[in-house]
This record gives sequence, structure tokens and C-alpha cells, in this order.
Amino acid sequence: MIWIVKNLWLIPALPLLAAGIIAVNKQPARKLAAGLAIGSMALGFLLSLCAFAATLGHHGEGAFRETFSFNWIQFGGQWMSIGWVLDPLTAIMLVMVTFVGMLIFIFSVGYMAHDKNFMRFFNFLALFASGMLGVVIANNLFLLFVSWEIVGLTSYLLIGFWYHKPSAAAAAKKAFVTTRIGDLGLLLGMVWLYAQTGTLNFYDHGHGCMEASALAGMVSKTICGGMMISTAIGLLIFLGAVGKSGQVPLHVWLPDAMEGPTPVSALIHAATMVAAGVFLVARVYPLMAAGAAPVEHGVPVTTALTIVTWVGAVTAIFAATIAVAQNDIKRILAYSTVSQLGYMMMGLGVGGVAVGMFHLITHAFFKALLFLGSGSVIHGCHEEQDVRKMGGLKKYMPVTFVVYAIGMLALAGFPLFFSGFWSKDEILHHASHWSVSHVPFYLGCTGALFTAFYMTRQMGLVFFGKYRGYEESSHSAHAHSSSESHSHEPHESPAVMTVPLIILAGFAILLGVIGTPAWPWFDAYLNGELAELQIKFSNLAASAGLMGASALIVLTGITVGWMLYGKRQRKTAAEKDVLEAAQPAIYKLLENKYFIDELYEATVIRFNAFAAWLCDFADKWIFGGAVLLVKYLTVGASWLYRLTDENVVNGGFDAGCGSIRGGGGILSRLHSGRVQTYLRIIGVALVALIIFLIWGRKA
Amino acid sequence: MTLALIITALVTVLAAATVMSLRNLVHCALAMAVAFSGVAALYLQLNAEFVGFAEILVYVGAIAILIVFAILLTRSGETPEKSVLTSGWLAGVAVSAMVFTLLGWAVLTSSALPKEIATAPAAPVKNIGDALMGKFVLPLEIVGLVLTAAMIGAVIIALKEDKKDNPGGQP
Amino acid sequence: MTPLQVCLLVSAFLFAIGFAGAVTRRHAILVLIGIELMLNAANLNFIAFWRYGAHPEALTGIIFVLFSMALAGAEAAVGLALVIAIYRHKETSNLDEVKELKG
Repeated sequence: MIWIVKNLWLIPALPLLAAGIIAVNKQPARKLAAGLAIGSMALGFLLSLCAFAATLGHHGEGAFRETFSFNWIQFGGQWMSIGWVLDPLTAIMLVMVTFVGMLIFIFSVGYMAHDKNFMRFFNFLALFASGMLGVVIANNLFLLFVSWEIVGLTSYLLIGFWYHKPSAAAAAKKAFVTTRIGDLGLLLGMVWLYAQTGTLNFYDHGHGCMEASALAGMVSKTICGGMMISTAIGLLIFLGAVGKSGQVPLHVWLPDAMEGPTPVSALIHAATMVAAGVFLVARVYPLMAAGAAPVEHGVPVTTALTIVTWVGAVTAIFAATIAVAQNDIKRILAYSTVSQLGYMMMGLGVGGVAVGMFHLITHAFFKALLFLGSGSVIHGCHEEQDVRKMGGLKKYMPVTFVVYAIGMLALAGFPLFFSGFWSKDEILHHASHWSVSHVPFYLGCTGALFTAFYMTRQMGLVFFGKYRGYEESSHSAHAHSSSESHSHEPHESPAVMTVPLIILAGFAILLGVIGTPAWPWFDAYLNGELAELQIKFSNLAASAGLMGASALIVLTGITVGWMLYGKRQRKTAAEKDVLEAAQPAIYKLLENKYFIDELYEATVIRFNAFAAWLCDFADKWIFGGAVLLVKYLTVGASWLYRLTDENVVNGGFDAGCGSIRGGGGILSRLHSGRVQTYLRIIGVALVALIIFLIWGRKA
Repeated sequence: MTLALIITALVTVLAAATVMSLRNLVHCALAMAVAFSGVAALYLQLNAEFVGFAEILVYVGAIAILIVFAILLTRSGETPEKSVLTSGWLAGVAVSAMVFTLLGWAVLTSSALPKEIATAPAAPVKNIGDALMGKFVLPLEIVGLVLTAAMIGAVIIALKEDKKDNPGGQP
Repeated sequence: MTPLQVCLLVSAFLFAIGFAGAVTRRHAILVLIGIELMLNAANLNFIAFWRYGAHPEALTGIIFVLFSMALAGAEAAVGLALVIAIYRHKETSNLDEVKELKG
């Protein structure tokens, strides 16, 4: 057993330890908190690199996969074992999570420097990191579920970090409840899986539930409607992913989660937690792909994967349209995240694990970059988040501008240089070859167009034109050069915040290299075929058509966006949006997120409130009534007892004593103290005695 | 069943009745003496001469006089104005009536009484003396002791207390 | 009616009278008188049975009566001493008023 596999548990344990130590320390130990958190992530990163190296050095057929399990708990006669697994999927996720996490932790030191709950923030961040890393290394669905719940909990805690803001508290609650609905599916799937296969371990030397024998068993059985058991369980687990990754219809919590601090949005709601859903689907991919008919291009097509693809495609286009009409800088990015998650799911469905995971990795980097950049912008604009009140920031925050631009181009999928192009293209390429339908491909293309458009819109409104952040009274004509105090002006962020941005930007560009068709390193790595890998530029030519088409789409989107928002700048903050002026009805629909929140409020929330009222009623009157009944019965019984005790027992006793005393009183009259009375009595007794004797004799 | 017997009996009974019904105590004492005499006469008729004389000596000569002395010492010589009967006297009368009824009925209906009139026994004083000193010497001595004790006791009880010796009033 | 029965009846009557007097009269001395009468009745009873009963030569009745008389004398002495003592204490010889033992 390689030592790194045995000690893989250290990677999530270190942040957990850091969280524990931070939790018991008092407020002013900021340096300690930050140092512990960042240090634990750095150590985790080093260990992840070791793990990654271990998986690289593998020679043999199939992917490297080593597990380590131990018996944990015994119930009945069975032992339940848990453990962790090291395979390419795990390794790549470990590296990404620890690296991006470390950078975001460093960024947070600067961002949260003025917040008085610094310690609590790092405590939760470290706890989150340990949970996420636990999800990644888990070889056992139970351990995964536990870590999944930790992640959900810390997400709640961090979204509601500024809990005195009612909107933040409400958003945290909404996130938790919505993901909980998804987690119900995960739990049911987990239980069913255990019932079917008798083990929760994914890979267990042939006995695991993702391995051939278990899968064969599940494929052979069907339930209602002819659906295979593996499909049913896979869909239940997918439900958990839908909640966590914000797919339609459980996407409503993600935009509201922007109430949390920006590093939280970057870490949790861009790079890692929401990616956990995608990771989960990738983990149970063998289950979802089981029982597929023989396919072309090596990509299996099953009912489960088809559903995953459709959900992803719908989410992608749905969120992209909403993002067009948003005015909060973080909301735009949030809807963009939802849309990209949809792409990832679609990628998993049409192209397999490698396709979806590649986009996940690249997205993590450039979305974290974008969020952190927006954090820098918000920080520089003195906590202003409305894009209508920004503008012309490229003058004031040049570094931020450059890195943000890199991130934006990566997200939009600007051809050739940026990683987003390559990863999104992989997805579209496989979607175009999908045997079931071509509609997801068209939806994906349209989504890419919208993505480019809204990102350009955002860039234009934020960085170009004139700064609109002053008061309305002071006209923007002589705004920034006049007597306005410079403290209102936006400023560049300190180095502790910009350096991570620069690092992330570098990766946003460079990561594209590992996934081009010319050298599909990522795909080969995940499938364990690294040995036969060579750089083949000819492959580029084969997919040139699609590359050209997507390049065209992206450039179109950017051009339209630039024309509408870059060149023709809006003058004031209160001016109507261009699109709003053109199509007010559609704009209103998009701005209000298709009124889905209102729909949920009217139906699900009202039903939930009614159910809660019903339970309260039952509790108060039925169960409470039973308790009251018992209480009254007891009180009545005790009252009866007291009555009996006082009147019957006491009274009887008293009466007895009284009668004895009365009798005594009567008898004491015999003691009159007068001799003659005594004599009389003696006479009577004498007579009686003699009569008795005589009669006795006679008888 | 001689006439003498009946008359003596009647006198005795009448005297006894008188004793208990007179108001003046001295009269009662005198009637008591008469009753005692009647009893003595009965004894004489029953051939118990010694007992009869002893009766006169003891009862009439000593006890009756003693009672008169006591009457005089307790200043009860005058005829009382109030009732001489105690409270609840009717119960007492009833009880004594019951007693008499019982005894009389027993006497009249008993079959244990001898029906024969035996001949008059002789009871010379010599025999009585012999018996006293022979067979019944022990009771005689004990009676002597009892009389001594009674005498001493009576003296102690009736002794006038010296207030200086016994201020509490206890005898 | 044999003479024995007459004597016995007389004795019974004397006894009853003595008892009646002892329990109905107020004066203490009269109670003592009654007691004396009762004793006499008993003595009479003895003598009557001696005279008309079996074995008169044993003189049992006479001896008994002699002792009885002696004791009656002793008892009368003591009793009268008691009456005098009570009279000295309570200034009364009314038995109704001598009830310290009441209770």
C-alpha cells in the first residue's frame, strides 16, 4: 500500500484540525486563524500533489485505483466499513480544491480584514474545506454523505455569515432547505443501493457497488415502467446533485447565496461546493451508465444519462437568459455559475466523466477568478454591488481589470488561448454527436452566445465608460475631477488580494493546454491511458468545423455586447437598460427570474407552512391533548386520593378514636368516685354470678 | 316452727327495716341495737347459746356503742333537713330487691336444703374452747394478729394530725 | 316452711335491707351500719345451717361465726376510724361529696 493512499485521510483532517483549533481560540488571534487555515490548505495541497504524482506513475491497464478501507461500526452481525479511494478523479479534484482553496483563503485575509468576525469566518472556511475534501476522497457513500452534509452546513453558516441582515439569514435558510430536498434523493438512493448490493463502498476489490458484479445485478432487475434499478438509484442520487449544483428546478438558492461574503461565493458557489454535485455524478457514473446499449464514440446512452443531459441543457439556457437582465455584479456571476453547471451536467451526460470534469476544473479556476475579481471591485467601490453605479473602473483598478478580462474571456470561451474555449468545445463536440437528440447541442450553442453577451455587458458596465457611483445631484459631467473627495473614488485592492487573482488568471489560460484535442491529456489521464498519449495536431483539424462555429458564436456575442454596452455608455445610474427600453416585457420577465421564486412561494412554501401549522395543531391538541388528559386524570386521581385519605382514612381513624374516647368517656362515668355506686355494681354482679351458677348447674 | 321463732324473726326484720329508714342517725343506731338483739335471740333459739351471748357482747355492747361514738364525733346527731337518700337511690333499692328475690327464691325452691328437722345439737362451751384451741388454733392466732393490726391501723387513721409535722395534709 | 327456711329468709331479708341501706343512704356511718347488718345476716345463715345441717357436732358453724364476729369488730373499728378521718378532712360525712377518685 502506497503511503499516500494510506494517509489520504490527512488531507481533509488537517483543515478540520485547523477549524477545531480556531474554534476554541478567542477573537484577537487573527494571525493564528489565518495562518492555521492557509497552512492546512497548503499542506493539503502538497499532499495532493503527492497523490497526483502517485497516480501518474502508474503503469498498467485501466486507471490507477487504490483503496483503503477499515471496519468502522458493527451492527447486528455485519461490519460496516468505510474508507477512501485514490484514483485520477480523486487526485485531480484534490489538487484543484486545495489549490483554489488556498488562493481564496489568502484573498480572504485581505477582504475580511475589517470584519470583526474574522475568526469565525476562517473557522467555517476551514471546516468547509475539510468537508469538501472528505467528499472527494470518500470511497464509501456513507462517508460521502456525511461530508456532503458538512459541506451543506458550512454553506449555510457562511451564506448567513452576516446574520443580522435579514436577507442573509433568509438566503442561508433557503439554501439549506433547497439542498435538503435534493439530499433526500441522495439518502433514498443510498439506502436503496445498500439494500441492493449489500455494500456502500464504491470500489472494494470487486465487491464494491460501482464494480461489475454489483452493477450487473442491478441492471438485471427492473421496477415500474421497465426502468432498471440502476437507473432508478442513479436518478435518486442525481437528485442530490440537482440540489447541490443548482440545476433547474432547485436552482433558486444559488443567486440568493450571493448574500454571503465574496470569498464564500468564490469558493463555495463557484469552484467547489456546487461542483460537488457534478463530482458526485462523475463518481457514480458507472451506475448511471450501466446497462447501456452498445454505442458509438464509446459514450454509453442510458435513461439516467439522458435525463442528466436534458436537465443540464435546460439549466444552461435558462440561467443564461436570466443573467442578461441582472444588475448586481454577483448575481450575474451566480446565474452564470448555474448555467455553467448545466453545461457540466450536459457534458457528463453526452460525453462521459472526462468531458464534464474538464469543464469543472477549468470553470473552477476562471469562476473563482471572476468572483474574487468582483470582490476586489466591490471592495474598491466601497461595498457597492450594483453595476449601474459602477463604470470606468479600468482607470482606477488596472490589475483587477486585466485579470477580470482574462476570466471573462475564459468564461465566454474566447477561442484558442483560454481554457474555457477548450472545455466548452469538448462538451459541444460530444453534444453534436449525441445519438438521442441534437436539441441539447443547439441549446448549448445558444447558451454560449448568451454567455458571451452578458459577460461583455458586465465588463462594459463595470470597467468602461465613466464612473457613475457618485450622488445623482453631482452631475457626472464634472464628477471625478472635481471637488468630490477622493475617498469616494474607487481604488485598487491591496497585494494580498491581487496576487491570488493573478495566479488564478494564469491557470485560466494555461489549463486549456491539458484538454485540447491535439493532446487530450486530461481524457487519457482519467481513463488510465496515459501511456499511449502523443500530441497529434491532426486532431485539431478534425474538429476544426466545430471550433470555427463556436468561435463565431462567441465573437458574435462579444460584438453585440460591446456595441450595446461598451460603446454606447449609459450616462447615469438611473437610466433604463438598453434591452429594457427595447423589450420591456421580456426584460421584466428575465429580471424577475421567470417569477420562479414567486411560484415556489405560492405553492411549495405555502404548503409547507400549512403542513407546519397542521403539525403544530396536532402537537398542541392531539398530543398535547393527550398529555393534558393524563395530567387531568392524574390530578383527578390525586384529588380523589386526597379525598379518600382525608375523609375515609383520616375520618375513619378519627371516628374510631373518637368513639373510643367517647366510650372511654362513657365508661369513666362508672368511676364516679362514690362508694355506693361501686357497691351497687357489686350487688348486680353478684346477682348475675349466682344466677349464672344456678343456671349452669341446672343445665 | 315455733311461735317464738316467728316473733323473734319479725322483730328482727322490723328493727332492721327501721334502721334503714329513720332520718335521725341516733335513732338508727338504737334500732340497730334492737336488731342485733333480735339476732341474738334467734341464735339462742337455734341452740347456739355461746354465739348468742357473744353477739350481745360484741355487737350490741361494742359495735353499736362504737357507732354511736362515731355519730357523736362526726356531729351527725341532729336530724338532717335535707334528704337522707343519696342520688340514684332507686337503683340501689332495685339492686337490693333483686338480691332479695334471688336469695329468697333460692331458699324456697332449693332442693339442697335438708327436709328433716334434726334434733337439737349440743354445743357446750367446753367443746367450743377445745375446738378453738385444738383444731382452729391457727385461725385463732391469725385473728389475734388481725385484730392487733386493725387496732393499730384504726388508731393511726383516726389520729389527729399535728400541723407542724405534716403541712401538706397527707395522712 | 321449715324453720331452716324461715331463718334463711330472715337472713336474706336482713342482708337485703343492709345492702339497701348501704347503697341508698347518704351518711357514711349508715353505710357501715348496713355492712354490719349484712354481716349479721351471713352469721345467721351459718348458724341456721349448723343447726339444721349435717354434722353439728363438728361445731364448724359456730367457730366460723365467732371468727366472723371478731373480724366484723375489727372492720367496724377501722371503718369508723376512716369515717372520722374523712370527716376531719372534708368537714362532711356525706358520701356524695367524697369523690376525689372520680374519673
